Amino acid sequence: MNFKHSEERRMLQDTLSRYLTNTYTADQRSACVSSAQGSNEQVWSELAELGVIGALFGEEHDGFGGSGFDIAVVFEELGRFACVEPLMASGVMGGQLLSTLGSKAQKAHITDLIAGKLKVVPALEEPQSRYDLDAVETTAEQTAEGYRLNGTKSVVIGAPSADKIIVSARTGDGVQLFLVDTDCAGVERYNYPNLDGYHASDIALVNVSVPASACLGTSQDALVALEAARAAGVVALCAEALGAMEAAKDLTIEYLRVRTQFGRPLGKFQALQHRMSTVLIEIEQARSALINVAGHLSAETSLRDKHVFAAKNLIGRVAQLVCEETIQLHGGIGMTEEYSLNHYAKRLTMIDHQLGDVDYHLERFVGVMQQEAAAESM
Amino acid sequence: MDLNFSDDELAFRDEVRAFLKDNLSPVIAERVRLGKRLSKSDIEDWHATLNKRGWLANNWPVEHGGTGWNAIYRYIFEEELCLANAPRTLPFGLSMLAPVLFKFGSKEQQERFLPRILDGTDWWCQGYSEPQAGSDLASLKMKAVRDGDHYVVNGQKTWTTLGQYADWIFCLVRTDPEARAQEGISFLLIDMKTPGVTVRPITLIDGGQEVNEVFFEDVRVPAENLVGQENKGWTYAKYLLTHERTNIAGVGFSTAALAHLKEICCKQMSSGKPLLENPYFAGRIAEIEIDLMAMATTNLRMVTKAAAGQAPGAESSMLKIKGTEIRQAINDLTRRAVGRYAMPFVSEALDSGANVEGVGPDYAAAVSPSYFNNRKLSIFGGSNEVQRNIISKAILGL
Repeated sequence: MNFKHSEERRMLQDTLSRYLTNTYTADQRSACVSSAQGSNEQVWSELAELGVIGALFGEEHDGFGGSGFDIAVVFEELGRFACVEPLMASGVMGGQLLSTLGSKAQKAHITDLIAGKLKVVPALEEPQSRYDLDAVETTAEQTAEGYRLNGTKSVVIGAPSADKIIVSARTGDGVQLFLVDTDCAGVERYNYPNLDGYHASDIALVNVSVPASACLGTSQDALVALEAARAAGVVALCAEALGAMEAAKDLTIEYLRVRTQFGRPLGKFQALQHRMSTVLIEIEQARSALINVAGHLSAETSLRDKHVFAAKNLIGRVAQLVCEETIQLHGGIGMTEEYSLNHYAKRLTMIDHQLGDVDYHLERFVGVMQQEAAAESM
Repeated sequence: MDLNFSDDELAFRDEVRAFLKDNLSPVIAERVRLGKRLSKSDIEDWHATLNKRGWLANNWPVEHGGTGWNAIYRYIFEEELCLANAPRTLPFGLSMLAPVLFKFGSKEQQERFLPRILDGTDWWCQGYSEPQAGSDLASLKMKAVRDGDHYVVNGQKTWTTLGQYADWIFCLVRTDPEARAQEGISFLLIDMKTPGVTVRPITLIDGGQEVNEVFFEDVRVPAENLVGQENKGWTYAKYLLTHERTNIAGVGFSTAALAHLKEICCKQMSSGKPLLENPYFAGRIAEIEIDLMAMATTNLRMVTKAAAGQAPGAESSMLKIKGTEIRQAINDLTRRAVGRYAMPFVSEALDSGANVEGVGPDYAAAVSPSYFNNRKLSIFGGSNEVQRNIISKAILGL
């Protein structure tokens, strides 16, 4: 056993950390959050130059990473700085769908993606799909030239700054993915910020005509690929959450040291010491859950998914604890927009609303557990 | 034992319901139900409506223009207002300052200030917390130095709720810097229009501005605005805190919020069925409802004691803790219930009378801001940690 990251990954982590420390200041972040699209071109291309996007792809796609731990290292740092660039959407999920399903021509986009010249984000969920990837009502009707898409995609993170979206739609054969330009006629984006500073769109697809070459894979392989992409996305979100938890914890410990009430630092009150100890214990649980899921990202599907369900459930619970306790231990100051704790608190909360919340993953974990028990008793 | 309201109490409840049906604007109730922000005039209009009926000062004695109701009537009244999604009345003048004036204010102060609270002339805010005096309120530093017929006030207050609209502020100030912490504090009424008073709104985590910093620089306050005796302010502040607080558990708020949550869960779909039919989520809601049913009775046990003339004292700390935990748990579930539409944040869509549309269903816009905003419930009014200290000392004897 060895729980240390490789030399290469540690270097990547250090490089990214240094870059974000110097560049991604509170002012810079705030400018990104309040910009029209929520993504800063310069930050994005600098992240690409540092190899941060390349680290999310395997060598076969001209990247130099692509494993669960590569994703974990990158996103833990991004989380620590509350970075709002759409790297999970475009780098991890969009990239993974292109690399597993793409035709030769579609795979060629990966080079631009790694270079920071192109953003491709998945547009999967719909107003009433909640967290189910197969609850697709958007339709793809076959035409002489290709397909005609109609439907609504909701809260598509990263879409305001994306060049292309990957749309799931229902054909006569089942769910099928399409690679669609965002400036294609009939693609109507309504852009807005999310509470955590990421930007998203609701997208109406109104008689969007795409050629047959826009098909990304077939209806046979779409859901399998979506689940694999979601697994990678969950690793990224869990790592981002871990980074945010660490940052929130550090701010809180510092505050407990310097804030004095009743003639002594808050940190000298045993009741508060114990609560902070619980926060620490739970964050270590989150770290282990992340290691579990990152280490099983390329395991066979059922084992991989068991860890996906477990990690997203556990980290969702810990994220809520860390969010609520760090605000409470700060008191009023933790409630203000001006103080950076709220960036982490909001992000930790919103992560539970992406790719399935605590209940969604608990329900699926129970399913796995019941199947395993049934298999044992046979 | 009798778990029912009396016939008189039930008749009173019907009267309140009829009044609300005729006088509460559906537009305003809908704003409250959806967790949107209310404007200054939304609140003032509601005060005027209640005052017209003679029900604004429901905790005041009749001789001062109040209803003279006992704790049970007040409980019924407050609960009905919550269930109907009426705006919350401002507690600062009505239930914080007024009881102090009844007990410790001069006749002149009572005659001068009380009618203006009722008719809406004065909007009051509370000047207690300071940057360095939060849970440890007695360490407050804002100075008031006597100079002839005036006090000269210097210092800062913070977390002043809705102070940006206020005409007056009641403050705890330090008048004897030599005395022990609790003993050199006085209770002073300050006109916000006095030169030297500056208000700076604080933007909170939910994007709203409901609290402020208030700065005082050489503010001259007439000595007649001192309440009671100099250096006895801590006693008055404590009286205020231990004053019968029948609504501290927020049972009405929780009941209304729970009904709203269930409505949302009937509309939100989960795997093709309403979310309320998902046993995991339904189980979470049920647990909260079970807690709330018990807490409502705990609350009524104390309300009944209060109606019989026994001051609840430290028991109100139990209600504050349990009540805020339940309210926060409901906010948490409501946010979860709307799924991915809990993420969009179109701040302008939350403003009263805004023309900006939110994203997703109308009930989604405020769920996350409300979840974060109500984290304040366990922080303000004596944090839940301070309440636990009170329980340890006053009830457990530890």
